[in-house]
Amino acid sequence: MSAARSVTDASFDTEVLQSGKPVLVDFWAEWCAPCRAVGPVLDQILDENGDKLDIVKLNVDENPQTAMTYKITSIPAMIVFQNGEAVKTIVGAKPKQALEHDLAAFIA
Amino acid sequence: MRQLIIVGSGPAGYTAAIYAARANFSPLLIASSVEAGGELMNTTEVENFPGFPEGIMGPDLMDAMRAQAERFGTEVLLDDVTSVDFTGDIKKLSTGSNGDFEALAVIFATGSAYRKLGLPEEERLSGHGVSWCATCDGFFFRQKTIAVVGGGDSAMEEATFLTKFADKVYVIHRKDTLRASKIMQERARSNSKIEFVWNSAVTAILGTDAVTGVTLTDTVTGTTRELPLDGLFIAIGNDPRTHLIHGQIALTPEGTIAVDGRSSRTNLPGVFAAGDVIDPSYRQAVTAAASGTVAALDAEHFLSALESVPAS
Repeated sequence: MSAARSVTDASFDTEVLQSGKPVLVDFWAEWCAPCRAVGPVLDQILDENGDKLDIVKLNVDENPQTAMTYKITSIPAMIVFQNGEAVKTIVGAKPKQALEHDLAAFIA
Repeated sequence: MRQLIIVGSGPAGYTAAIYAARANFSPLLIASSVEAGGELMNTTEVENFPGFPEGIMGPDLMDAMRAQAERFGTEVLLDDVTSVDFTGDIKKLSTGSNGDFEALAVIFATGSAYRKLGLPEEERLSGHGVSWCATCDGFFFRQKTIAVVGGGDSAMEEATFLTKFADKVYVIHRKDTLRASKIMQERARSNSKIEFVWNSAVTAILGTDAVTGVTLTDTVTGTTRELPLDGLFIAIGNDPRTHLIHGQIALTPEGTIAVDGRSSRTNLPGVFAAGDVIDPSYRQAVTAAASGTVAALDAEHFLSALESVPAS
């Protein structure tokens, strides 16, 4: 099973904003229990939909710049970027089916 | 078909699993996919669980309970129950990703969910300054001015925790006395970053893209005023999580699952309930654990009685 790879403040532009396909960025931190819980769920969604939607993780502790740019105040926060724009925001850990429903426009 | 399925993975669910597994019922515990471990996963130090004189972190306590349940043969499934049919002799449960399950007995220990203020702006500003999880989100409020709404232990714990990050933490409470335990009150009251706002209800959350403040209504005089804020943490209590069993199991006027006396027996034979979902009053990790024990013993009694009836 594939695990979502990590992006950083430095790689955000090339890996997310300039990506050819939609990218979901999972803003997370080690000290956030719901973030740790939703991580494996996102890995599953990536596994099943990787051809349509890329999923990456950004550690807000280590990459405060990007978290600040997107005004993150609650994690887990999942933002889908398409052509460099934030087009969908999901806040809070949710079960797989609920996330798939929220992401239907990108993975259906 | 299983003998026993436990729904929920807080102290009630895991303790029921420890007892039921030690009684050789090989229970299946459906823990939920993203909320496994329950409410204590979002707390910091637990100081009132007996046996831990130095305190223990909430997530560590839950990991230990899970390990103890698994040690005796509990199978833990990280999935969500999406619907149930408990009305027949065979109890049926559907899950999000792992299909359907059947059991002769069920222990329902789904706990409670954060109560919302019920304001229209709450949902829109959730994730933009409105939060229900201080341990998750406190980090983003360094040197900011924020408020915690509520007067119980959770509100005191969150306010005290948030002073690690924020410059100023208001505690907004509807009354002029707190429900919180003395030690938690004392800790909050002696913290110079915390200021109490008494007799005040949050009647509006201000801000378009992010929280900029709240409107407070004085619960005694009815006057209103605005309080500028960067963030609002809501800790006004919890409601029992009963949506899966509405129309199947009898509830109390408080909305918890009704049980027979001090037992865990619901109005449906073979369906037992434990923890916060039956408890409108105490809602402690220890009382939930004790309640899980009661449910496991009741379920054991029920299953043993089934076995002794000859099949017709």
